[in-house]
Amino acid sequence: MAKHVNPTRMELSRLKKQLVTAVRGHKLLKDKQDELVRQFILLIRKNAALREEMEKKLTAAFSSFALASATLNESYIEELMAISTGEMTVEVIEENIMSVKVPIMNFDYEEELIAPPFRYGYLNSNVELDESFEELTKILPLMLELAEVEKTCQLMATEIEKTRRRVNALEYMTIPELEETITSIRNKLEETERSNITRLIKVKKMKQ
Amino acid sequence: MSRKVGVIGDKYSVMLFKLFDFQVHYAESSSQIRAAIRDMAEKDYGVIFITEEAAASVKETIESYKSRLTPAIILIPSQHGSQGIGMEEIRDNVERAIGQNIL
Repeated sequence: MAKHVNPTRMELSRLKKQLVTAVRGHKLLKDKQDELVRQFILLIRKNAALREEMEKKLTAAFSSFALASATLNESYIEELMAISTGEMTVEVIEENIMSVKVPIMNFDYEEELIAPPFRYGYLNSNVELDESFEELTKILPLMLELAEVEKTCQLMATEIEKTRRRVNALEYMTIPELEETITSIRNKLEETERSNITRLIKVKKMKQ
Repeated sequence: MSRKVGVIGDKYSVMLFKLFDFQVHYAESSSQIRAAIRDMAEKDYGVIFITEEAAASVKETIESYKSRLTPAIILIPSQHGSQGIGMEEIRDNVERAIGQNIL
């Protein structure tokens, strides 16, 4: 649909400028989208693999813990966990991937936390419990990596969706509309010119 | 700036994470879970792990933090095993971004 504007030369040059900007913007956004999608595909594959592994291992760890703790009194187990008093912290740094802000997470924990011997009460534990804790500690790095990758994927997916909408709006709405309007103004101007010439010819003839 | 790492879920599922020095919150009802998430977000937590069961009841709250840099809310299976909600989220992301499922 061509927009209704005054068919003047001013308007024509204004629209031409707009079209140039729109085409350039479209190209830039398209490039951005392509690059984002490329990186996203790499990341999301990693994300899926990590999540699958984490879920499998964590479920296994839960069941082995359930078995191990079955023989113990509930209050003992809570006591076991109460020993640890430290605090796991994470440093979040912003990184910029194609103008999407994604987090880089640096986790800060002591190495001895994930290596035996573990810091929990030995008073009422048993061998199975030790083993299930060992299993669990192996999952920690996995969980932390997953956190970073999955958050990045979430943010990128939102940005890709936004960019795609913009690209499509430019490609299928703004640019064709501008082109059509420009053509219609041109036609109108040419038409006026032709009628002018005809009039001049007529006037000349009348004078003769 | 260092941020804390939190876990939300039913007691038996998340108790174990005390071993990792995570900040553990027990929450069962949806209002408790919502309050816990909001509290953690306000205190500038970096990552919140939440069991799939707990997450299923507060979907909107979790959705609202998706576009923010922190906290990253990550689903984990509970002691009853995985319900596949976490995987479903990944598939949703792919579909949203690319338009079709390529996994």
